[in-house]
Amino acid sequence: MGEVFVIVEHRLGEIRDITLEMLWKAGELGQGLSYKVTAVIIGHEVKSIAETISDRADKIIILDDERLKNFNADISKEIIAGLIEESRPTLTLIGNTSWGMELAPCLAVRAGLPLATDCIDIMIKDDKPTAQRQMYGGKIFSNVSFTPSAGYLLTIRSGVFPKDKIGDRQAQIVQKDLPPKDIPMRKDFIEFAETAAGDVDITQAELLISVGRGVGEEGNIPLIRELAEALNGLLSCSRPIVDKNWLPKYLQVGTSGKSVTPKVYIAVGISGAFQHLAGITGAGTVIAINKDPKAPIFRTADYGIIEDLFKIVPVLKEKVLEAKKG
Amino acid sequence: MDIVVCVKRVPLTEEVDLIVDEQKKGIKKEQLAFVLNDWDNYAIEEAIVLKEKHGGTVTAVTVGTEDDEEVLRRSLAMGADRAIRIEAGDMSRFDSLGVSRILCRVVKDLPFDLVFTGVLADDDYYGMVGMMMAEELGINHANMVTAIEIEDGKARTTSELEGGLSEVSLIELPALLTIQTGINEPRYVSILGIRKAAKKELKVMDLADLGLPDEELSPRTIIEEVFLPPETEGAQILTGDPDKIASDFVEILTRKGVME
Repeated sequence: MGEVFVIVEHRLGEIRDITLEMLWKAGELGQGLSYKVTAVIIGHEVKSIAETISDRADKIIILDDERLKNFNADISKEIIAGLIEESRPTLTLIGNTSWGMELAPCLAVRAGLPLATDCIDIMIKDDKPTAQRQMYGGKIFSNVSFTPSAGYLLTIRSGVFPKDKIGDRQAQIVQKDLPPKDIPMRKDFIEFAETAAGDVDITQAELLISVGRGVGEEGNIPLIRELAEALNGLLSCSRPIVDKNWLPKYLQVGTSGKSVTPKVYIAVGISGAFQHLAGITGAGTVIAINKDPKAPIFRTADYGIIEDLFKIVPVLKEKVLEAKKG
Repeated sequence: MDIVVCVKRVPLTEEVDLIVDEQKKGIKKEQLAFVLNDWDNYAIEEAIVLKEKHGGTVTAVTVGTEDDEEVLRRSLAMGADRAIRIEAGDMSRFDSLGVSRILCRVVKDLPFDLVFTGVLADDDYYGMVGMMMAEELGINHANMVTAIEIEDGKARTTSELEGGLSEVSLIELPALLTIQTGINEPRYVSILGIRKAAKKELKVMDLADLGLPDEELSPRTIIEEVFLPPETEGAQILTGDPDKIASDFVEILTRKGVME
């Protein structure tokens, strides 16, 4: 019987959604192929995390140690490499998160296993996985396979699988000790730092008008701001705008910024990278304005306007002002 | 502070229709413009900023063809001291591990305190060459770095996590850092600047001379097929002249209750 390892990601005592999503996918593969689902929790005082997922895995391996309080990719890598050697799981799933993106490539080299990152689906045939991924900003999809190996590593994109429980499992808990081997601590955790709060909170907005790379230059931002003001909505933005320092970080929507839940989200000149889309899954209605008809944003938006934003935004603003007057 | 920065030339694909090639293993690139990968642009800038502060050297390295020297020249024009291109022929025969091994073979003979790569490359989106190099080189690492301070021979790094949260760490050098966009404001490079930088050293090394055994470079991750995104229902497109589109726009907003 095959086995799927799910490396549990948790932070500040809370399990992260990506873990539940990976457990769903592992559970789904398990149902079809009678794979065993094993969750691996590395940390300190993680009992409550184990309880959260005890009906989603067949086995939970826990490494609980004061020294594992903060995530450290090197130590996790050594521990997981050891567990893989012991159990030889067919698949090991890791979140394609900031931590997972550090851990997985190191683990692949250390354990000598092939890796595909940022997978959005997994197909299995004859105990060999094929992973589906995206390239070129989501404009191209690819199916990736591997040369035969004792096991395979996959990192999973956040938000592509449900967080729900699938099937009925009862986990057997296995406590393990930190290997006696001296693992060098060459990286010291100092602190977590949070983005400075601003004068507005985009997570509370009912209407967001969001600006992206398509705006071209900083001097064009007022054009979008004026539309936001006409609509009594808040201005927000995608990552490239913050990278260029055109707007502050607290206005950024997406994985590394805020997740927002407005009634209506208007994306202006935003192509729709998945990191951005991840921040608007809770939006009611999405209206996208972009001159590129192949922009991925049109795949998820409810309404689209395929126009040059410089031409259409002033017209939209006038029409809004007119309607408000009338 | 000697810093090696690994860079990549990638096609610009925004606002372009991409066409899958006949073998369905990649896209047609003949009509595409190429640039320095955005993340690598920030990485080069960060290396130069650190050099200006602490002294030392910046070396830009790429694996690729003669065309790829364009991004090395740009790196030199930004302020890198020298550049190395590893000629490896057809790049599609390597996976990320292969590329990281080629880079490591060259980097480990260079003096370095820091090695930078971008977090990702804008083409394949794997984002694994950097951390594979860290493991192959056996050095410390930090991912998605958005700030670096050098203090007492250590690097204080800020790594971006999710949801606006960051993690500050202190790591011993040498170390490999993957650089996130937004860490700095990359300087402008003029055509004249690139021309002037032509005097700087750009060394070409041949993969065959590096003594890497074939089995270390044979891919374990293989692209079976690439294809255009599966059709989805997609957005309902508002059509007509701008005035009609604007009326429809207002009508939708009114219906959704955000036009009071």
